[in-house]
Amino acid sequence: MRNGTTAIAPPPAVRKSGTVRHRLRRLDVKASPYLYVAPFFLIFIAFGLFPLGYTAWVSLTDRNLLDPATSFIGLQNYTDLLHDSYFWNAVENTLGIWVISTVPQLLLALGFAHLLNTTLRARTLFRMSVLLPQVTSLVAVALIFTQLFSKDYGLMNYVLHWFGIGPVYWEAGRFSSWIALSTMVIWRWTGYNALIYLAAMQAIPDDLYEAASIDGARPARQFFHITVPMLRPTIIFTVIVSTIGGLQLFTEPYLFEPSHYGATGGSDRQYQTVAMYLYEKAFAGSQFKFGYASAIAWCLFLLIAVISAINFLIVRRIRSAE
Amino acid sequence: MAAVAVPRAQSSSRRHLSRRFHRAGPVTYIFLILVALGSLFPLYWSLVVASHDNSAVSSYPPVLTPGTELWNNIKRVFNSGEVNVDFWTALLNTTIVATTVTVAVVFFSALAGFAFAKMKFRGERVMMLTIIATMLVPVQLGVIPLYIEMIHLGWVNRLPAVIAPSLVTAFGVFLMRQYIVSAVPNDLIDAARVDGCHTLRTFWHVVLPAVRPAAAVLGLLTFMNTWNDFFWPLIVLSPRNPTVQVAVSTLASGYVEDYALVLTGTFISIVPLLLVFLFLGRQIIGGIMQGAVKG
Repeated sequence: MRNGTTAIAPPPAVRKSGTVRHRLRRLDVKASPYLYVAPFFLIFIAFGLFPLGYTAWVSLTDRNLLDPATSFIGLQNYTDLLHDSYFWNAVENTLGIWVISTVPQLLLALGFAHLLNTTLRARTLFRMSVLLPQVTSLVAVALIFTQLFSKDYGLMNYVLHWFGIGPVYWEAGRFSSWIALSTMVIWRWTGYNALIYLAAMQAIPDDLYEAASIDGARPARQFFHITVPMLRPTIIFTVIVSTIGGLQLFTEPYLFEPSHYGATGGSDRQYQTVAMYLYEKAFAGSQFKFGYASAIAWCLFLLIAVISAINFLIVRRIRSAE
Repeated sequence: MAAVAVPRAQSSSRRHLSRRFHRAGPVTYIFLILVALGSLFPLYWSLVVASHDNSAVSSYPPVLTPGTELWNNIKRVFNSGEVNVDFWTALLNTTIVATTVTVAVVFFSALAGFAFAKMKFRGERVMMLTIIATMLVPVQLGVIPLYIEMIHLGWVNRLPAVIAPSLVTAFGVFLMRQYIVSAVPNDLIDAARVDGCHTLRTFWHVVLPAVRPAAAVLGLLTFMNTWNDFFWPLIVLSPRNPTVQVAVSTLASGYVEDYALVLTGTFISIVPLLLVFLFLGRQIIGGIMQGAVKG
């Protein structure tokens, strides 16, 4: 982390008995760094770390916004949760949508980056066009695609009818709703990941490609044997980021539901995610079951940690393909 | 885990350009144009729907070109007597929130980045690692206690509830630290010290002017993220005092069948960012690619 080029070091101790000015300067140099990093830590502790830790405590109580009496009930919320079929349904939906959105997304991003990593006319224009979806808010993406995927007049069904398919009632089916939702995620995030891969591709040293060319390796071989292994740290990063984001999926499924105040994810909960279930228990309707919802939050946290770790272990193996 | 790329030596990569990057052929262009159309289409589509009467949405085959009703639809969205949200308040709120958060994030990040990059103090390394680690913590999961906190502070339904938790970001501190290490020469800081500047003066007169490029990128990304934020504002704000995103979602739930109205609201909510992107897209791309991870 440090590179040993610190500019402001405490002045040498020779001037121990200096003037007031010198003492002030010593104080300035010694104390101000803490002052300068303090805003970050104070705000992060107050609104980030403390709430997260406090969630653990709340999850051990039967706290309810409507009921002032809160009592400690141990692991009761967690035992209830393990027997809650709605919770497991939400876990299944979350994992399912996450898989069918993340895998195509990252593969497409790799392809886009490869296309962009060429000598290109209108380079900035193409890069801007792949990033455009990222600028669009989640709410806008969700609402626009909800219209595109609507049953009677949606463009998707119109296009499909050319091929003699449908009309598909996207929102009603389990797998069809997953497809619609993952389309939204893929559309919004592929370009962003492509730019990250592109940046990493451009940092790969030239000599590797030169040596490979001399050895007669064709471009496709170079791509799989040099580019992909060299991108390993970046791929790990994008996979972890997509995991953390994807497992907290909320906005798209929440707005996909026609009247979304209930946050149930469809009439059969066919696309309710864990984050939606948390929202349903804590804020939607008038349940305000803060204790139970906190238990959901901790289980989601655990799920994210476990899946991230598994992904890390899997992606780390890319090197062995070298 | 992550490392912001120091602005790379352009000349050396240029020199090898012809050798290392294969020239884009027609197939590459065709693919990229298809990708660009795919990116553009949903946005274009929202404009198409927003510029028609709602009955056009249900025509068959669908209308694919913009109509003439955009202005009427916009007037409907802004007419708080007719629809269930006050869009002016929403736009004003989002502008206040996004501006405040952006200024604060840039300032606090530069300040902390300066301390980490150019000053020596005990616990520095541990603190920097802690900040990086916080990027991996899904703090959104703390919304329930955060909401309880906001009740105690009396901030529920008020903008401070949305502003306060976003005033600092780990990414910002990290980006600024990396930039200051490489872009602010130690000699400059030494010179300021010899001239008798105290550290805050040095920060204000030497560091801040030097970090302007990184500050612009961080500011742009922060502004966009804050503008688009939804989950927490949805929880803590009411539809009576919403941000733009909350207002659009309220509109969508109230007028399920009126796609023209809903997508007009949606379109209005994305136009400001589209304009920013049109003029500053190059900087935003540079920021994302520089912030890209090298391991």
